[in-house]
Amino acid sequence: MAKITVSEVEHVAHLARLTFDDQEIEAFTRQLNDILEFVDKLDALDTSDVEPTTRAIELLNVFREDEVKPSLPVEEATANAPLSEKGAFVVPRII
Amino acid sequence: MNNLTDITISELRRLLDQKEVSSLEITKAYLERIEEADKRVRSYITVTKEKAIAQAQRADEAMAKGKASSLTGIPLGIKDVICTKGVNTTCGSKMLESFRPPFNAAVMEKLEAQNAVMLGKLNMDEFAMGSSTENSAFFQTRNPWDLDRIPGGSSGGSAAAVGARLCAGSLGSDTGGSIRQPASHCGVVGMKPTYGRISRFGLVAFASSLDQIGPLARSVEDCALILEVISGHDPRDSTSLPHPVPPYSKACTPGLDGFTVGIPEEYFVEGLDPEVEKAVKGAIDSMASQGAKIEKIRLPHTEYAVATYYIIATAEASSNLSRYDGVKYGFRAKEYSNLMDMYKKTRAQGFGPEVKRRIMLGTYCLSAGYYDAFYKKASQVRTLIIEDFKKAFEKCDCIAAPVAPTTAFRLGEKVDDPIQMYLSDIFTIPVNLAGIPGISVPCGFDSKGLPIGLQLMASHMQEEKLFKTAYNVEAALNLQAHWPEP
Repeated sequence: MAKITVSEVEHVAHLARLTFDDQEIEAFTRQLNDILEFVDKLDALDTSDVEPTTRAIELLNVFREDEVKPSLPVEEATANAPLSEKGAFVVPRII
Repeated sequence: MNNLTDITISELRRLLDQKEVSSLEITKAYLERIEEADKRVRSYITVTKEKAIAQAQRADEAMAKGKASSLTGIPLGIKDVICTKGVNTTCGSKMLESFRPPFNAAVMEKLEAQNAVMLGKLNMDEFAMGSSTENSAFFQTRNPWDLDRIPGGSSGGSAAAVGARLCAGSLGSDTGGSIRQPASHCGVVGMKPTYGRISRFGLVAFASSLDQIGPLARSVEDCALILEVISGHDPRDSTSLPHPVPPYSKACTPGLDGFTVGIPEEYFVEGLDPEVEKAVKGAIDSMASQGAKIEKIRLPHTEYAVATYYIIATAEASSNLSRYDGVKYGFRAKEYSNLMDMYKKTRAQGFGPEVKRRIMLGTYCLSAGYYDAFYKKASQVRTLIIEDFKKAFEKCDCIAAPVAPTTAFRLGEKVDDPIQMYLSDIFTIPVNLAGIPGISVPCGFDSKGLPIGLQLMASHMQEEKLFKTAYNVEAALNLQAHWPEP
């Protein structure tokens, strides 16, 4: 498995909406490389005929009736907001 | 009455039912002890003193009217990863430092319905990521048996508080061993039930296919009592199982005739501390002397479990933690130039290094071009691990093994080596990958006086077999009376 480069780490950081200084990027690159080398051992296993486990238990199609149920009142839903106004969350302008 | 804080939940229940003591007296005893001893153990992030007293009074009123259930009036601590309405739920992170959930977790609803008492919220590794509670953003919880050592993690506060007698029992959460490992290091009983046994509604998510809430207490029967109350189907958690909840505490009966206990050779390898091995083997001998048949079994894919876990759990975590964006709740950075900058600075400042490391690893494993090589591969190996257990349980009722390769290590000993830290979960991780139940029960001490836990595992929905086996080990070894004075 190819080692991860600093520019790949920067790309992943962007995907994860994280930001690092240069020292942190270097440390992360090293640590991630160590971990990726460690997980390389899975390659030793032949899994060509093995179904992936996609869910932990054997429940299927857990549905409920399409009924409107009560939900949180607006004041409670916005009570923890860093910034809110008139029942809405305030964020930097996008458009 | 002396030492109300030293006795078990079932003992407290007897005293309450016989009106020899009130919930208010028990609660006050714990609150006093917390004020004194928690200065050193540091297990609680938030102590809900007034609320606890009010709950104790309500419990006493309910009992006076003849309305007592098993946990009525019993004071418990709750890991800070579980949502408690109106009470800070921090997950050990700056990201949620002032977060007050507008709702109660399903398990809290069940405890409140019985008028149990909540003493407060317990310290943990940030977002349940860690094995030592060194990743808490706030402070370090210490092992009550040796304050210079870790209590284990991520439910370090939950285990330390029970061991130091700062609550009658606690709730923790277990994704890769986070209940069983700290229980082992703190000399208490801790168990993770079958995946889906307890509703995850209100459990702040780390890895959704692995997370489960579970009880910690000073006896096997106490754990069973708590499990009876908090288990059950919940329509708000689509992964919760529809099966009825049996009276788990009734499984705590003497004798193991007709039981077969499997010993996996893959768990007794180099790296396992010889004193841990000796104590675990001693416990296995005690099971044999109580009628159990001991059988060698194989779990051939054990060595791949940690690598599998660190792909699956971090991938799921990277998705679950993407909700922390500074918009609707939690921390938001003070200065930012635009929305993207707000997201990045909020998350960079709000999360600690271990959380960031796991988010980065998980994001990488799921990213375009790498999904098949990592996540899909790990999911296939997960199937092989599940099949190992299926085959093993055809030959035995329970599997016996160590919980951790060593006893509690010193603070700071493993912080600089993430892989060393991850390897301390080597024996507990397979249980989460397979979704089966597992319990840690004390089975001895090392030459430094540090506790050693025995791990028992059973097949899906076979918690009663775990409790029966653990109960018998506990009775035979009789270690219960010995508690630390931190």
